[in-house]
Amino acid sequence: MSVPVLSVRDLRTHFFTRAGVVKAVDDVSFDLAAGEIMGLVGESGSGKTVTGFSLLGLVDAPGRIVGGSIKLNGTELVGMSQRGLRARRGREISMIFQDPIATLNPMLTIGQQMRLAMEAHERTSRRGADTRAAELLSQVGIPSARERLGAYPHEFSGGMRQRVAIAVALLHRPSVIVADEPTTALDVSIQAQILFQMRDLARETGTALIWISHDLAVVSSLASKLAVMYAGRIVEQGPTATLLRDPRHPYTAGLIASLPATAEPGAPLSQIPGTTPSLLSLPKGCPFAPRCARASDVCATDPALEARGDRAWRCFHPVGLSEGAVS
Amino acid sequence: MSAFLSVANVSRSFGPNLTTGEKIAARLGASVETRHVQAVSGVSLTVRKGETLGLVGESGCGKSTLGRLIAGILPPSEGTVQIDGAPVMQGGRKVTTRVQTVFQDPFASLDPRMKVGMTVAEGPIAHGLTTKAQAKAYVAEWFGRVGLDPAWVDRYPHQFSGGQRQRIAIARALAMQPDVLICDEPVASLDVSIQAQIINLFLQLQRDLDLTCVFISHDLSVVRHVSERVAVMYLGRIVELGPVGQVFERPAHPYTAALFGSVPKLVLDADELVHFEPIEGEVPSPLSPPPGCHYHPRCPLASEVCALDIPPLRDVREGRVAACHHAEAQLQRY
Amino acid sequence: MRQSTPLGRFWAEFRENRVAVVALVVVVLMSLLAIFAPLISPQNPYDLANLSLLDARRAPGFVGSGGYAHLLGTDPQGRDLLSAIFYGLRISIQIGLAAGLVALTIGASLGILAAYLGGRLESLIMRIVDLQLSFPAILLALVLVALLGQGKAQLIGALVAAQYAYFARTAYGAAKAERGKDYIEAALATPLSGRVVILRHLLPNCMPPLIVVATVQIANSISLEATLSFLGLGLPVTEPSLGMLISNGFPYMMSGRYWISVYPGVALIILIVAINIVGDQVRDQFNPRLRK
Repeated sequence: MSVPVLSVRDLRTHFFTRAGVVKAVDDVSFDLAAGEIMGLVGESGSGKTVTGFSLLGLVDAPGRIVGGSIKLNGTELVGMSQRGLRARRGREISMIFQDPIATLNPMLTIGQQMRLAMEAHERTSRRGADTRAAELLSQVGIPSARERLGAYPHEFSGGMRQRVAIAVALLHRPSVIVADEPTTALDVSIQAQILFQMRDLARETGTALIWISHDLAVVSSLASKLAVMYAGRIVEQGPTATLLRDPRHPYTAGLIASLPATAEPGAPLSQIPGTTPSLLSLPKGCPFAPRCARASDVCATDPALEARGDRAWRCFHPVGLSEGAVS
Repeated sequence: MSAFLSVANVSRSFGPNLTTGEKIAARLGASVETRHVQAVSGVSLTVRKGETLGLVGESGCGKSTLGRLIAGILPPSEGTVQIDGAPVMQGGRKVTTRVQTVFQDPFASLDPRMKVGMTVAEGPIAHGLTTKAQAKAYVAEWFGRVGLDPAWVDRYPHQFSGGQRQRIAIARALAMQPDVLICDEPVASLDVSIQAQIINLFLQLQRDLDLTCVFISHDLSVVRHVSERVAVMYLGRIVELGPVGQVFERPAHPYTAALFGSVPKLVLDADELVHFEPIEGEVPSPLSPPPGCHYHPRCPLASEVCALDIPPLRDVREGRVAACHHAEAQLQRY
Repeated sequence: MRQSTPLGRFWAEFRENRVAVVALVVVVLMSLLAIFAPLISPQNPYDLANLSLLDARRAPGFVGSGGYAHLLGTDPQGRDLLSAIFYGLRISIQIGLAAGLVALTIGASLGILAAYLGGRLESLIMRIVDLQLSFPAILLALVLVALLGQGKAQLIGALVAAQYAYFARTAYGAAKAERGKDYIEAALATPLSGRVVILRHLLPNCMPPLIVVATVQIANSISLEATLSFLGLGLPVTEPSLGMLISNGFPYMMSGRYWISVYPGVALIILIVAINIVGDQVRDQFNPRLRK
């Protein structure tokens, strides 16, 4: 494998609230190579979005990164000044949000916004900026891009707005783009178009992509590798197809088995009992243990991340391996 | 086939909500939007007793509006909805309790300032299904049936997780002892690991209580799992309706085919990543839908007639209808 | 979970703001002073038989004909100022509360009905409310008091007329937002009657902003009443409220007899500031945007 553009080690982001310390991200590590797409999967409160925000240095008080390292193109981001982070944001790493309205200024035309975003990091002429903006817009699938530079965000449909947000994120050809559920609010037909284009863009431009989602199917059709998060930790990671076909962690296995697409129509679905734990009162040891059919006494201690080849999991009783193989 | 729930030629349009000032401005020639949106136009369908009909389509296709028309939340502009021969609405008012609704977002559909037991009890008390004195036991029974601890009746909604709240919402609907249940995206806002729990609960209750259901969802795999027949909507019209397995495997309408084709599937084998067949373009504005077949500008099979004539829903196979001039050609593609 | 009721959680959060707690204590203390004024005042300032003009305008600490010290001095009629302030507080709080609550009831009913019913009635009610909001409240109150004449009831009527519109606006805005939410739709879809939906669902959910406006408006009523009394349009001279006490002492300010105006003024300011601090804290707690 080539040198990673992004290397995250033992990342911890905690929130210090009046009710206690919320360990939103607790010991997260992964590597990302140029042009690679990684899916970051988890349910609400699993820490997937906070992980994304941490990578861009966008965690606001009462939260902060309390430990670990984020190396982007070899430079350490943890502990870097806000100024240094701002210089990198947009140019080396950028983000696409679920709601594009939040990132686009309603008072400026698309062309103006893209020009401003360009000028933040480099000098450009007006004409040069417009040409590049139009190129990018047509690259992300906006028809008659040149004319639409003069349009305001509200004149675009939800899908088109998200494309604009993607174009803005791509402006400086960043090494890494973090996409936080960018297609969740969109219709399936539009989602399919955007997924299709993102895959091509990552391949063409060499931009690495972290795709945050709760939808296994979406992520599986896009990413070459997956990281599954539960209660602030990565519980399993590995190549997409192998991980989904042959999951090791009981949580991953349970998630896959509970999808209606994998079941006989009308039959009861296999379900994970219980509810996601509150990050304020996590059970001791493995946080999934109370919902886990395979849990035993040993699960009251913290399982370490166990790596085997290109896969890793955090479980004492992994699925699909005989007990003897573990010890 | 005996129709238990019948929807006959139902339409619903929405006018813009203009203020007096805007109305005057419009009269004076200002560019105020005065066009009406035809959210549902000329929909007819029937559902058998105990059957679940899935209703799918993209946002703005009118599936939620149709659900609300059937549920008696909105009065139709035209047409009627009947349950077992009795109308759901008369003179703009809902006149039956035989149809109840489970809403999408359990965080919004429960009154945050009312104890959940009261939320479940107030409807049955108001309609004489239980008395104030017996309400506690009545609610406890329903709490038990949806898998909630009856001791929780005195709690407030914020003390529950999303899945638990949706169970409360289901209990509220079922405590009215309805014959027909409208489920409007009941699992869309729940976590993946919770969705299966709610779907299982729904399947079990539907069977136990012999409920007739309309299950609205944008998630095709969920609809396929729970329904017997499915109706596909596009811009206010039903474009295809039939047994769920047949429609999913061999769509008779090009839109159905394209919609199903664009759903990402779980890739379990192959290192090759997916093939998509994204539909070209976007859904046109419902303010000015294309003439003829609404789908023709995006349709690979479109011909001249599609831009001129609205295709009627017609039989294309045993028990299946589709609104397409080229349904036979579409069926041939498989 | 001990603080599981909405009220319990509210209090737990309220307690964290020390200043607000102090303000609340002040408001409660002053209310108690007002309620028990007849028991704790050295003198009944409304009983003319108790008053002696010989005791008029005496400095604080003066021992008058009653044989006790006037801790805050006396006013131009020879009243013990401390007693007058206690009784004045009583009148001010009474009028403020009564006007505030009546205005709340009328305004909230109009606003919620307008939002619930919609259509022509909505336009009619809200246009009238908007029209009235475009006039300064004091102007309206002045005109009404001048027309209705002096007296507690008339004063309260004028204050209500001047202030109900704020409640109507607030209630309308809140009810309009709640009206569109799923739980109202769910209640209507059951179906439950409009009366039940309004009283059991809409009203309780519109209360938070109304409570905020109510605290502020009670303070406003009190200061409005003081203003009117200061201008001589409020209550009869025989029952001085805080505003009238200030007014009575005003001519003597420059002659060094500051206490006649200043002490009632201080009492009024403390009361209004305290109510506003409590109101601010309540507003902050109800505003989800300020929530951490």
